[in-house]
Amino acid sequence: MLVDVHAHFYHERGPRNDWRELNASRLKAGERIGITWHVSSILGTWGRASPTYFPSLDDVSYGNEQQRSLQRTHPDRIRCYVTVNPNYTAHALAEIRRGAEQGMIGLKLAASRRADDPLLDPVIDAARGHGLPVLHHVWQHRRRDWPGQEASDGAELCRLAARHPGATFILAHIGGGGDWLHSLRILRNHPNVNVDLSGSGVDGGMLEACLHAVGVERLLWGADATLCTGWAKLRYLEKLLSRQELELIRWRNAARIFPPGSFS
Amino acid sequence: MIDVNVFVGSYPWRPVPGSSPEAVLAAMERVGILEAWVTHLPSLYWKDPAEGNGWLYQTAERIPPFRPVPVVHPGLPRWEMDLAEALGRAAPAVRCDPGLLGLAPTGGEMLRLIHAAGDGGIPLLAAVRLEDGRGRHPLDVAPELTPAVVRTWVRSHPHTRFVITHADREFIEQVHFGSTPAEAARIWWDISWVWGPPEDHLGLLLATVGGARFLFGSGQPLRLPETPLARLDLTDIQPADLRAILTDNATTLATRNAATQ
Repeated sequence: MLVDVHAHFYHERGPRNDWRELNASRLKAGERIGITWHVSSILGTWGRASPTYFPSLDDVSYGNEQQRSLQRTHPDRIRCYVTVNPNYTAHALAEIRRGAEQGMIGLKLAASRRADDPLLDPVIDAARGHGLPVLHHVWQHRRRDWPGQEASDGAELCRLAARHPGATFILAHIGGGGDWLHSLRILRNHPNVNVDLSGSGVDGGMLEACLHAVGVERLLWGADATLCTGWAKLRYLEKLLSRQELELIRWRNAARIFPPGSFS
Repeated sequence: MIDVNVFVGSYPWRPVPGSSPEAVLAAMERVGILEAWVTHLPSLYWKDPAEGNGWLYQTAERIPPFRPVPVVHPGLPRWEMDLAEALGRAAPAVRCDPGLLGLAPTGGEMLRLIHAAGDGGIPLLAAVRLEDGRGRHPLDVAPELTPAVVRTWVRSHPHTRFVITHADREFIEQVHFGSTPAEAARIWWDISWVWGPPEDHLGLLLATVGGARFLFGSGQPLRLPETPLARLDLTDIQPADLRAILTDNATTLATRNAATQ
């Protein structure tokens, strides 16, 4: 089994008129790699009707509905995160409740609000209450504000994780840009934060540093926007690890942190 | 399989395991790379990069799968001797990364090197970048190459051939379609920075630009050499294009060097 914990799909209300081809391309490449489950999220309308990282309520709800529709269409391949904009607490809590009731297995937080902001606390409480792990978009070592998003870095995510020791977090795309060494230094002391290996970055030494920092039990395989780099990291890990260790990263860690029965 | 984008030696900005010649050779064997065009990585940051070229030539003699790609700094006295040595040693290319050397990318020094490389029949190799701009060390402020620079280069001499590494889809398109067919035919791109599915930039570029323009390149050990292989494995690609990218295009480049000499 192979679980991609960081996938995205698209729909007709986004800016891309090739959204069908993109979705098909992901599934086709996934078949070639051997991905059993794409755990995916849709961030509103991907910038068309409201900003990707600051989605409107209508866009959040529509994206989540489309995500559930994809899961219904591909019940043997797709699982999904419920996406929320934590600036709208009541709406976020309602989306989490609706998502959990309809089979969504995780919460996706992107960059609408800094991770350590108290406004995230009720959202995390709700996720924990439903047994959902939280995949949080992270800019590895954010030295400044970046356009279009209120990005958080590992330090900010870990402050949130420290306030919620009973919740499970996934630090998104360690290879997704920024200084991964900075994130890894912080993660050592936060056992409820796992690391998703996705992102276009395939830096030599990054995987060894991840293993050294958090151990094989807290690493999750993922691809995000580039399946080729995800597959490359998996191929390298196949040479680096024992079969048992590799299985943890391929799917066993995911099976442990997502709700029971998510991948059956 | 020929990897045209390989380094040996230490990197100043972060620890990189496997940067010794023996470790790079082991990584090549791990993924099935038979030949590597290799640059001495520290040379890119030295005031006189030619100081590392001697070691590079010795290493390449000791490890036959390595073919040396020495750095030539056209701002230094007697740089023509460094170029002549590369030609004499049948290097498959010489490299110059103007941003790392503090050279104006389209200034007189670079243009003199481009002319000399063209006259000598040896390709000039340069990287758009060595690091994702979002993760660079605070002191790593060397400017990246731009498409405008490469367009200027290829127009500056009628015969000089270029190998450009670490370029993404947009960069490649802006140069390729901003050049005449004759100019574009003198530029080769490695696939180290071109995305595969689901965006499938590589598949698109093979359809629009053509397989003749691409080379297998990894950027190892700064990047995992498994990446371009995974990218090719995920791309619907004609066998002839695959052969061209993995081997034939690089062989042709190197053969033409020898023929010119």
